[in-house]
Amino acid sequence: MTAPAPLTDSFLERVPLLVRDFITGWFPEPIRWVVAGLLAALTILLVFATIFALLTLLERKIIARVQNRPGPNRTGLPWLPFTEGRVFGLGQPLADGIKALTKEDIVPRDADQVLHFLAPVVLVAFSLMTFAVIPFGRNLVSVDLDAAVLFFFAAGAGTELAVFMAGWSSHNKYSLLAAMRALAQLISYELPLLLSVVPVVMLAGKLSTTGIVAAQAGWKFGFIPRWFVLSPWGAAGFVIFFIAALAESNRSPFDLPEAESELIAGHLTEYSGFKYALFFMAEYFGMMALSGLGVTLFLGGWQAPLPVLEVIPSYLWFGAKLMLLILLFMWIRATLPRLRMDQLTRLAWKFLVPLALINLGNAAFWHLSAAWPGLPLQAVRYAIGVAVIVIPFFLIGRRLSAGVAPRTYRYAP
Amino acid sequence: MAVIPVERKPLSLAERTYLPQIAAGLKTTLKHIFQPTVTLEYPEQRPTIPPGYRGVPTLVFDPHGREKCVSCQLCEFVCPPKAIRITPGGIDPADPAAHVEKRPQEFEIDMLRCIYCGLCQEVCPEEAIFLQNQYSMTGYTRAEMVNNKQKLYELGGTLPDAHFKWDKKKAAEEHGNAH
Repeated sequence: MTAPAPLTDSFLERVPLLVRDFITGWFPEPIRWVVAGLLAALTILLVFATIFALLTLLERKIIARVQNRPGPNRTGLPWLPFTEGRVFGLGQPLADGIKALTKEDIVPRDADQVLHFLAPVVLVAFSLMTFAVIPFGRNLVSVDLDAAVLFFFAAGAGTELAVFMAGWSSHNKYSLLAAMRALAQLISYELPLLLSVVPVVMLAGKLSTTGIVAAQAGWKFGFIPRWFVLSPWGAAGFVIFFIAALAESNRSPFDLPEAESELIAGHLTEYSGFKYALFFMAEYFGMMALSGLGVTLFLGGWQAPLPVLEVIPSYLWFGAKLMLLILLFMWIRATLPRLRMDQLTRLAWKFLVPLALINLGNAAFWHLSAAWPGLPLQAVRYAIGVAVIVIPFFLIGRRLSAGVAPRTYRYAP
Repeated sequence: MAVIPVERKPLSLAERTYLPQIAAGLKTTLKHIFQPTVTLEYPEQRPTIPPGYRGVPTLVFDPHGREKCVSCQLCEFVCPPKAIRITPGGIDPADPAAHVEKRPQEFEIDMLRCIYCGLCQEVCPEEAIFLQNQYSMTGYTRAEMVNNKQKLYELGGTLPDAHFKWDKKKAAEEHGNAH
């Protein structure tokens, strides 16, 4: 991506590209595209590593507040004036980073040395690759692929390999068990994740992320954005996508692969020091990438919610939506207890997959009925769209618990 | 005990379709986010000690500054974990408290053994040993965790108590029986 910024955009919108063009201007023409690519990669790495550091603190703060605690507030930034060295524990990520770097890196004697070393590296690499195709703003996408959605899921599938590498190479039964679980979980949820994305691709008619964002441009009646999440199939698809994303990024309530209480942190058991930090980082990268994809596919990407708000540059809108989704991730982590393994797979195969398939038909109906004339007929179209997904939701939801709940209790006479 | 049969109601439709219940849970946690903290930031903020708190056992002076312990060793005898060790000693006749006859030469409470039961305070005929508000005993060595007589008086201080039974006894001996 070395196209210059279109001059029709506002200055704030063009700033990132102007900076890029300024830096690539130092290099001769034939290698400019390499420099531009490296620059994009470096920016993504720096920005998201910083966000990761702050998110670790934010997550601890939020979970603490849910439990009526203040959360980390001791580690300050001593060189900041007027704070007496205590600014909401803002120094905590820094302290954590230094600790992780200086800690002894223990590798078990029986571990597969190469795989044990490679697993965290591969994991971080694959999670970073997914960022390449997410449009962070109007002109901000590092690789504008035609098959971007496909690329995202192909790269995302690599993380499963890394988790299994970690579990296998650790030579530890808990790690291996956790890796098995992780594989079962990740592969189970890959399906609803993909199926919930298919309607978006179907209605946008493109696999390109920038194209999908462009398909959500504009406002109905001048103020209702044409984001996919605001249509019946889009809302249902977004909920399915979000649940599957929770599971894909190993977040609570689907954090079975780690499951501190039963698997002593699973595939992370034999990792310490910086390698552990890499795993942790990859988890957050995965979460951010999936949230970013969710924003791109369902929440209108970098589009502003109202025409008057377009003065705020698009990358800030993207950032705001991304933060909102991540906050939701954390909020859910603070709320829900972990699922059992059988409940987990049952939810994926018996609930999310059928619903996602029905949603596919729903989207097809929405597409075919787009030309229905008049407001009343459009209301009917909307109602049908809602009914097509809500009725199966209730039916399947009730079938799911049949024979399982309510439990029958048998007591000794 | 009476048997209370608990009726298990069948789940309502909302309960069986998960998402409304999850939303209810999210609402609860959101409420907590905006509630004030219930924790103390410990070293700066200290908990209020309720009356009757059984903290570290201490020795006390009476308001005249006389050490109240007469080393009768009842506490040493009653102490379940045998944390107390008293070396009895006499009192110099020139001392104004000479009429009390005895005082501990050394008084040691091993805080690694003490179980804060309060039996020493209960058994003391002189009201000389009290479990007061001090709740934090720390040390780097075992020896540090043994409170000697000096430390015990430092922790205990003086308690307002106006019996002065030894002074009354001395006065009765000198001026005839007051009873």
